Amino acid sequence: MPIRVENLSYTYNAGQPMEQEALRNVTLTIEDGEFVGLIGHTGSGKSTLVQHFNGLLKPTSGKIYIDGVDIFSKGVSLRSIRQKVGMVFQYPEYQLFGETVFEDVAFGPKNMGVPDAELNDRVDQALALVGLDLSLKERSPFELSGGQKRKVAIAGVLAMQPQTLILDEPTAGLDPKGRDEVLSLVAHLHQREHKTIILVSHSMEDVARLAQRLVVMAHGEIVLEGTPEVVFRQAEYLEAIGLGVPQVTRLLQVLKKQGFAVDPDHYTIEAVEEEIVKLLETM
Amino acid sequence: MDALIRFVDVSFSYSSDAEHELEALADINLDIDDGEFVAVLGHNGSGKSTLAKHMNALLVPTSGKVYVAGIDTQNAERLWEIRQMVGMVFQNPDNQLVATTVEEDVAFGPENLGVPTPEIHRRVDEALAVVGMSDYRLHSPHQLSGGQKQRVAIAGMIAMRPRCVVLDEPTAMLDPVGRREVMQTVIKLNREEKITIVLITHAMEEAILADRVIVMEEGRIVMTGTPREVFSKVETLAKLRLDVPEITSLANRLRQRGFDQIPNNILTIEEMVNVLCQFG
Repeated sequence: MPIRVENLSYTYNAGQPMEQEALRNVTLTIEDGEFVGLIGHTGSGKSTLVQHFNGLLKPTSGKIYIDGVDIFSKGVSLRSIRQKVGMVFQYPEYQLFGETVFEDVAFGPKNMGVPDAELNDRVDQALALVGLDLSLKERSPFELSGGQKRKVAIAGVLAMQPQTLILDEPTAGLDPKGRDEVLSLVAHLHQREHKTIILVSHSMEDVARLAQRLVVMAHGEIVLEGTPEVVFRQAEYLEAIGLGVPQVTRLLQVLKKQGFAVDPDHYTIEAVEEEIVKLLETM
Repeated sequence: MDALIRFVDVSFSYSSDAEHELEALADINLDIDDGEFVAVLGHNGSGKSTLAKHMNALLVPTSGKVYVAGIDTQNAERLWEIRQMVGMVFQNPDNQLVATTVEEDVAFGPENLGVPTPEIHRRVDEALAVVGMSDYRLHSPHQLSGGQKQRVAIAGMIAMRPRCVVLDEPTAMLDPVGRREVMQTVIKLNREEKITIVLITHAMEEAILADRVIVMEEGRIVMTGTPREVFSKVETLAKLRLDVPEITSLANRLRQRGFDQIPNNILTIEEMVNVLCQFG
């Protein structure tokens, strides 16, 4: 179920004094089963872009195709689109409302018309996926820890069984332990459940470890695109648009500049370790 | 010299009911000196926010004592004196701003302290200059970026002329640009305005800027020292599920591969480059 965006532009408050162009002529394809990291600083347009992927925003101009179907053409039900493309918003735990965890997680599938008999299974599966104990089902979500609340919110989206999952800053505000748990959950959903993942983030370290392809946005446009190696070669440019490269990649770049024989195209700590070991063994 | 903030055998429980007793702080002894910059690390639930809230009497100990400039925080008559001396900045920039313009927001604290109007103007001007937000004085706070909002919140503290500012994960909700803005402001407060800083954070690149790092776990202080001392204990930090800077972690891995000429307390890229230059 590829997502294809063609010449997409979006203007907030179009035709009004506060008019603001948020996206300008964006063209992008996301293939089935891909893991894409979408990066950019606040105001770069990344959240606005992903809100088009399931029809939450309607483009000012341009088209969005999901499985080859223009989602804003006549006769297309946005509800069925949202069932395919699930969205986990920033701080999703702020949207919890149910009296129990069960009620909260079951809300999405119930609205989709999943029969009551099946709901319990859906909820159990979703909670198991995010690694929450089923005994929490009857608890109030508001009694849980911050990290657990966020997992309940993610389970609520997973219970709709979307093929594509968009996560907007899913680790923001979590501590290192919570962050690692959420990131390994996302990796699991990609590798084991074969979901297409779009991870929106401003943390280079987080996306570098997971994404196969990075898409970098600045002032409403896609400015860089490619594998992490390719994107991180532009360290100075990334700095200039308020981003950076992982610290260990920067180390290799500095060493190379100083004349050391290293390949700077590594971004995980393990790969950089090997590169430095190779260097030290020749010294 | 006496400490600006002193914890003596402090324990704290959120529930006084013995059966459900949950000790959020246990046997804390801690001195924070005037002018110091202290970073507090620990994962969620380790007690670091509870510790911070004792520093300006938002919470008072279940047992033990906290003194701010020698004043016992349980002395209710002197509560406002304590709150003026120790200001707090929280994580969510949207929950801290109250007024319709930036300057009104910054003036809110000193107004409540009964500071005369001409003096308030002077303080607002100064505070906005310190955080680099003078150009935005007539803006509405909701039009600002997250980093700018946090700087306005900090200006609101400074306008009360505190001796210490306690910041509870002030950058957790910000992007890299916002983080840098806030951290530059924090460092300036400490170095130029000589304000004592207590920074609660998960970000190691922020903690390495401090004079001293304190690590908390299950309501206790489990490590304390300079950033270099604390971050050299990579394994202990990993056990506590805390991060170390990537570069420190790399140095540690290289040591394990037998390159023990590499020190275990490298904190920056420059230090690592210098070490590697001395090889061979």
